[in-house]
Amino acid sequence: MKTENPRAWLLVLPVILLVAFNALIPLMTVVNYSVQETFGNNVFFWQGVDWFEQVLHSERFHDALGRQFLFTGIILAVEIPLGVAIALAMPRKGIWVPICLILMSLPLLIPWNVVGAMWNIFTLPDIGLMGYGLNWLGIDYNMTQSPLAAWVTLIVMDVWHWTSLVVLLSYAGLVSIPDAYYQAAEIDGASKWSVFRYIQLPKMKQVLMIAILLRFMDSFMIYTEPFVLTGGGPGNSTTLLSIDLVKVALGQFDLGPAAAMSLIYFAITLLVSWVFYTIMNKDVKE
Amino acid sequence: MAKIKLDNIRHSYYPNPSSDDDFALKRVHFDWDDGGAYALLGPSGCGKTTLLNIISGLLEPSHGKLLFDDNEVTSLSPSERNIAQVFQFPVIYDTMTVYDNLAFPLRNRGVDEARIDVKVREISSMLEIDDLLLTKAAGLSPDNKQKISLGRGLVREDVNVIMFDEPLTVIDPHLKWKLRSKLKELHQKVKTTMIYVTHDQTEALTFADQVVVMNFGQVLQVGTPDALFERPEHTFVGHFIGSPGMNVLPVEIVDGQVSLGGHFLEVSSPIVEAEGKSLEIGVRPEFVRIAEQGIPATVVNVMDVGRHKVLQTLVGSQKVFAVLNEDQPVPEGSTYLTFDKPQTRLYKDGWLVDLTYEYEVL
Repeated sequence: MKTENPRAWLLVLPVILLVAFNALIPLMTVVNYSVQETFGNNVFFWQGVDWFEQVLHSERFHDALGRQFLFTGIILAVEIPLGVAIALAMPRKGIWVPICLILMSLPLLIPWNVVGAMWNIFTLPDIGLMGYGLNWLGIDYNMTQSPLAAWVTLIVMDVWHWTSLVVLLSYAGLVSIPDAYYQAAEIDGASKWSVFRYIQLPKMKQVLMIAILLRFMDSFMIYTEPFVLTGGGPGNSTTLLSIDLVKVALGQFDLGPAAAMSLIYFAITLLVSWVFYTIMNKDVKE
Repeated sequence: MAKIKLDNIRHSYYPNPSSDDDFALKRVHFDWDDGGAYALLGPSGCGKTTLLNIISGLLEPSHGKLLFDDNEVTSLSPSERNIAQVFQFPVIYDTMTVYDNLAFPLRNRGVDEARIDVKVREISSMLEIDDLLLTKAAGLSPDNKQKISLGRGLVREDVNVIMFDEPLTVIDPHLKWKLRSKLKELHQKVKTTMIYVTHDQTEALTFADQVVVMNFGQVLQVGTPDALFERPEHTFVGHFIGSPGMNVLPVEIVDGQVSLGGHFLEVSSPIVEAEGKSLEIGVRPEFVRIAEQGIPATVVNVMDVGRHKVLQTLVGSQKVFAVLNEDQPVPEGSTYLTFDKPQTRLYKDGWLVDLTYEYEVL
């Protein structure tokens, strides 16, 4: 039996409007900008795919994209194993469980621009605890001058801010493993490594994939923290994609290329996330 | 293989147990003979699993010692004790194949691959999972997963004891029977000590040579299935084993004779005074007879269970069951009962009054 009532559409209308306003219309505006040239006064000239070609062939975009992948690669390579290791070391029962969980959650609760500002001050060579401390130890550290120092600081900051997320997700996976698994492994004479390899890791796989996906997306789109911390410098050394995008759009006011760049950026994020998602689901089906 | 001695084992999950009730195991002092097939039988929460985990080393008892062949192992780890244990719910290594799962306990102990192959194939053919050997263990049905868990328990031949913690809970009824016979068969072949924990009396009685009945955190009786039936040493054993269980009726001693609501009875036990404790007689329904005279009873219900009938009567306000043969006439309304004297025993505070061995009362 099929009943159709056109008025049902009325009930969906608010949602459609909401989605239109917060996603479709802004996105279409970007599409609109990406194929036209404008000099203000709402005068537009058709450009076709020129901006896309320009962006795709621009060395500046390649560099920013390269830096972006490098940054995301490094933080995934550090945060995932570190997060798993911390989760493994956390207590499973007793008074320390809530204490550890609260300590772990703290960095996640700090607003992103505050994180950037905190680390900016923390690393100042003259008054910052870390900057002053490192220089006092004889290490020449000034992240406003050395690209390497800027990168290290950026990565340490991100690790500090986001490893907790991996820890919390992994920990949730770990505590869901029944005791009998550990007992059986003990009786089977399994080494600590075998317990990790054959029990803990497989049981954590699902949540780890989610952790990787989330960390990929967030780090690939990171803006606020590096903007506040280094502003993309020194030079262009920490100019990640989003920072470059803002420079093009708001600094140079090249709206066309900026719009094309956002769409390419969006497509890359979507593509990589889709690949992750497919791998995840394939494993679940097995 | 080894003889396992539980020397005054007590265990409490509380750090500072103050009374007897704080102990999950009140006191267990008992030897498991080398090569025996034991069943550990008792209701849920009676301390079976606690006792099992103490033997396997997953739990260290708060008091007492555990010895394997006179060597103390109380604080050794499970792998140092060289035992095998199968759990109630299947534990499998998801990422491995069935073959690798079965080989795992052997590989961890550095057995060479040729030997492993022989053992794995032997176990898999016994459990009839040959065709699954190369599949990933993750996608299997629960009973196949449990077969793998069983297999991992059985694959090592040099273990001191193999323990089964209600291993057939997740298995289909028709397979249960088959696997149990397989285990029994295997026991006769390898003669490793096996301890089988269950709350199902059929399972216990069919698997074991010796049944250990537990309740209230203590061992109530150890004996062959026959002994448990014929001569329960605690009213709980009488209740728990048999269908229906033993009739347990409160009695008094009047002028040196046992009186059940004013009717004098003959019992096979020596007569003792109550001394403020409860006195009961126990007689199995199989030894309750319908008679022309004796204890007056009212017939309440008759259940036909196939080979015999179970008669439910009331003596005073107490339920008394009697088993009647199929061809025996079924009385109606008021009747009289007699109890076979050799099978009618006196219990004081739950315990048989003339125990052949004494459990130290705490």
